[in-house]
Amino acid sequence: MTTFTADATDAPTGKAKRRRSGGGMAIWRAVRGNGKALAGAILLLVFTVAAIFPQLFTSVSQPNNRAYPLSLPPSSAHLLGTTAYGQDIWAQLVWGTRETLVVAVVAGALASVLSVLIGIAAAYLGGIADDLLSLLIDVFLVIPAFPLIIVIAAYANGGNLAVIIGVLVITGWSYGARQLRAQALSLRRRDFLESARVRGENWFYIVVREILPTMVSLIAANFLGAALYAVLTAAGLQFIGLGSPTTVSWGTMLHWAQAGEALQTGQAWWVVAPGLCIALLGAGFALLNYAFDEIANPALRPVRRNRRNRVAQ
Amino acid sequence: MRYVLRRLVLFVITLWVALTVNFFIPRLMPGNPAEAMMARFRGRVNPDALKALEAAFGINTQQPVTVQYFQYLGNTLTGHFGTSLTFFPQPVSTVILQALPWTLGLVGVTTVIAFIAGTLIGLVAGWRRGGVLDSLLPPVFVITGALPFFWVGLLLILLFSVTLNVLPNEGAYDVTLTPSLSPEFIGSVLSHAILPAVTILIVSIGGWILTMRNNVVTTVADDYIRMARAKGLSNTTIMYGYAARNAVLPNLAGFAMSLGFVVSGSILVEYTFNYPGIGYMLLQAVDNQDYPLMQAMFVMITVTVLVAVLICDFLTVLLDPRARTEG
Repeated sequence: MTTFTADATDAPTGKAKRRRSGGGMAIWRAVRGNGKALAGAILLLVFTVAAIFPQLFTSVSQPNNRAYPLSLPPSSAHLLGTTAYGQDIWAQLVWGTRETLVVAVVAGALASVLSVLIGIAAAYLGGIADDLLSLLIDVFLVIPAFPLIIVIAAYANGGNLAVIIGVLVITGWSYGARQLRAQALSLRRRDFLESARVRGENWFYIVVREILPTMVSLIAANFLGAALYAVLTAAGLQFIGLGSPTTVSWGTMLHWAQAGEALQTGQAWWVVAPGLCIALLGAGFALLNYAFDEIANPALRPVRRNRRNRVAQ
Repeated sequence: MRYVLRRLVLFVITLWVALTVNFFIPRLMPGNPAEAMMARFRGRVNPDALKALEAAFGINTQQPVTVQYFQYLGNTLTGHFGTSLTFFPQPVSTVILQALPWTLGLVGVTTVIAFIAGTLIGLVAGWRRGGVLDSLLPPVFVITGALPFFWVGLLLILLFSVTLNVLPNEGAYDVTLTPSLSPEFIGSVLSHAILPAVTILIVSIGGWILTMRNNVVTTVADDYIRMARAKGLSNTTIMYGYAARNAVLPNLAGFAMSLGFVVSGSILVEYTFNYPGIGYMLLQAVDNQDYPLMQAMFVMITVTVLVAVLICDFLTVLLDPRARTEG
């Protein structure tokens, strides 16, 4: 998975430093110039629009109501047909975007915040605090998260949204924290931080105004990785029936499709469509994430033809 | 040797954290799910087993939580997980022993194949910078790595079981055969393993390819590679003896970390294919609210992953002199 592709960004910190000034614009320019990033951004944009304005794409407002004949094939009235329970598949798909995206963004953002806090705190404090926080990070890295999530969700009797987001955050922050700690450690003895200390700036200023801006792209990559993790894990939970039963999401659609033996009864669309949406959303996050790796580490960028000879030698 | 010691300490602490979490989750959940489970099974299982379960979950007991906790730790470490309610009267440890070989066989073998094949492909892609392989692979495998395991499994079922009808879509072997070492039975086991294995392979191989490619790309720029070229060593020697050896080290560390990812995926794959391994049993336990079985499965999965991580650490020590001399 892409979660550990970013390992390579640990090494060439000098190259990332160049972009210290002008965070946002630089990232936008880089996204525009990178095919993978652009594809990822467009995918995310489409899903965001569908999540905010589902009415734009479907006239159905209660996608879970069993309002139609059962198991219809795709037609102009029902673009993807209906389920074995008489729901419009296309409408469920559109409305399902919201929950999936909310889980991804909220869990991804909270996990990133936790990574930043713990990772930078470990690097900045050093000494015993660093040892303890690193141990904490390592423990959370190796504990198999998904079985743990299953156990918690099972005891919580099928997670509502808050429970799911909570466990995703608790299990999803450690990888990013490790990377950020490594990056912050490598910055510790840099001149611009020394000079800030000599100027007598307090630690808060140094962390927020000096250290964080150098790590914008790494933090962004972490957010994307955590969001991707959240999408896939939440979908997995919903697929095995531990999602919230009252709302509609792509994972729960797949759960009901599997329960209704959609594959065996010739209703392939019921399975293919929600899975494809999860895959596309995941691909959007993953492509952007990989592009951020390339932006942070120029060595990974695709080689242009005319430079090929030089590099190959 | 400080490195090995540190990893051993991490192993013990992580195991302790997992066991402790496992102990406190049922006790902290609102609505006391364990008690509800007892109520459902009262009369269906014998009173002795029920009493043991009550003790395990801290119901109707006068003992303070600390005593319960140490009893639980002792029982778990000696493999006494209690009785399964779903498969009553089998003890949980028997259920685990039946399920474990299937998971180790399927997930273990597939993961090793994915690691070796992915690392080799990534090596070639990164070495031939800008070649066909290098420009084609990254975007493709970035996307396959983001696919949900279970959906890939469902698509394979749709294609090979439902449409083409050439491969079985559930179970670990043909249930009409009796398990033996006959060629027929082994063939049945293999044909049942193909689809789940391919599913895990498709999703997990991309990570190895991409990390290895990125490692090689960064390694190739190092001075010792230039040095090797200056010495006039052959391309193959430099590629395998210099670049690959060093680029594979981060991948090995990644292997340990990705195990959690593979394990979570294999749970979903086993569920999709009704493959009777640990993950499938875990979900069976969840469905039946069989908490003793569920908790034991969690402990089992954690221990397996931790042991694998430890093996990776020892391999790293063998391969990387820096890890041996560090500190």
